[in-house]
Amino acid sequence: MSEVKFSKEHEWITLEGDVATVGITKHATEMLGDIVFAELPEKGSNVEKDGTAGVVESTKAASDVYTPVSGEVVDTNQSIVDDPAKINEDPEGGAWFFKLKIKDSSELDTLMNKEEYDKFAKETSN
Amino acid sequence: MEIKKTSLNKLHQINKAKFVEFAGYEMPIQYGRGIIEEHKFTRSHSGIFDVSHMGQLFIYGDGSLTEELEKIFPLDLKNLKLNCSKYSFLMNEDAGIYDDLIITKIEEGYLIILNAACKDKDFEILSNLLSSKFKMNLDNNRSLIAIQGPKSVEILNSIINDVDKLNFMTGNWFDSDNQKLFITRSGYTGEDGFEISISNDKAEKFVENLIQKGAQLIGLGARDTLRLEAGLCLYGHELDINKTPVEANLRWAISKSRLSNGGFIGSKTIMSQIQDGASQIRVGIKPEGRLIAREKTKIFDDQDKQIGEITSGTFGPSVNGPIAMGYVDKDFSKVDTKILIEVRGKKHPASVCALPFYKKNYVKGVN
Repeated sequence: MSEVKFSKEHEWITLEGDVATVGITKHATEMLGDIVFAELPEKGSNVEKDGTAGVVESTKAASDVYTPVSGEVVDTNQSIVDDPAKINEDPEGGAWFFKLKIKDSSELDTLMNKEEYDKFAKETSN
Repeated sequence: MEIKKTSLNKLHQINKAKFVEFAGYEMPIQYGRGIIEEHKFTRSHSGIFDVSHMGQLFIYGDGSLTEELEKIFPLDLKNLKLNCSKYSFLMNEDAGIYDDLIITKIEEGYLIILNAACKDKDFEILSNLLSSKFKMNLDNNRSLIAIQGPKSVEILNSIINDVDKLNFMTGNWFDSDNQKLFITRSGYTGEDGFEISISNDKAEKFVENLIQKGAQLIGLGARDTLRLEAGLCLYGHELDINKTPVEANLRWAISKSRLSNGGFIGSKTIMSQIQDGASQIRVGIKPEGRLIAREKTKIFDDQDKQIGEITSGTFGPSVNGPIAMGYVDKDFSKVDTKILIEVRGKKHPASVCALPFYKKNYVKGVN
């Protein structure tokens, strides 16, 4: 599996072959607070880099989830729809959002590595 | 304008509060444990809320004060006993609501608790309406602390004797730490609890004492989910200048004796709406599944006609599902009426439901 990459919209992404797994970062869940609702893209749908690919809602507000790369949605994680609290518990593990068959692996080059993202997250939350 | 801080601001910081600006004040939205945990802790134990941003208006005067206030509020104030509280409204001539409030009869006058965002305007309106011979004091030297939840009576009583003898919607002066506190048994969460008016310089120590006895600080986030589960209105959302108490389904708060003769500001509209019915009315709304319908979500019938709008909506931690309140055309206001709510461009099923979503019995008398 590839190195984890991060977007400015606080998504993480890993790549295995040509299938990417996407979720939201721990930092994002800390900013959102208790997540009580999740909506995922439809299986088989095509999503464009930086386009909307889901929604999460906390007790306070709704936020869009974006996809860091383009591709076809090949799987979604129904368990986080049934129990959204899982997203707060294990955001960068079991609570992934969707899997994509990616179109263009070079889109990943524009994303941040862990060190860069941690710095970015720290700067933007101050 | 510089942001205002309550006398508990330092204590909020120590307790890892996340702050938001609310009505010009820096207020805690939540603390370290998060809104859901804070909500559940209040329901099962005892939560402390800093509501010092709210207005505490003391008005003193002779017997004519009651008469003049009856020209403003739809209450039977002549028969309101000392230390008893009533929920009421400040309205304009069309019964539009300037503010909702709690008024308590105290010795030689009244104490009125006002919403933070409305208090200065309320003061101005009341100053213009009331004779200048009455002494009015919107007291910025006092903090207001609410303690809510089943363990609150035990905790507060261990600090201040005999608060457990207060009935619901009554208050009294109590002595503590060489000063006078005005405490009412009331609240905004659907739980038993108290609101304590205390001088600013004593507030921090008092709250630290409550924390030591096991209560915990709770932010405005959980205050909102708690009040929404309890079906209580929030000014600026369910209530505003374009809504009347009849439309807001708060007719119960208008004293019966005042309905026959009127004589208060807005009484004409109130009486005609009671007779003819209001065209829109506030209801509880339960979306199907887990979908959350926020404020301003449009409500439709099955013919695609808009029939109303959501005024507050969130996830109710104790009912473990989405809850909302809003206004619908009166033909759709019956419990169990099926409606559609438009969220992110799609219509989803929901139904009108009875309020509150969550009910516990308030303490009525002394056991």
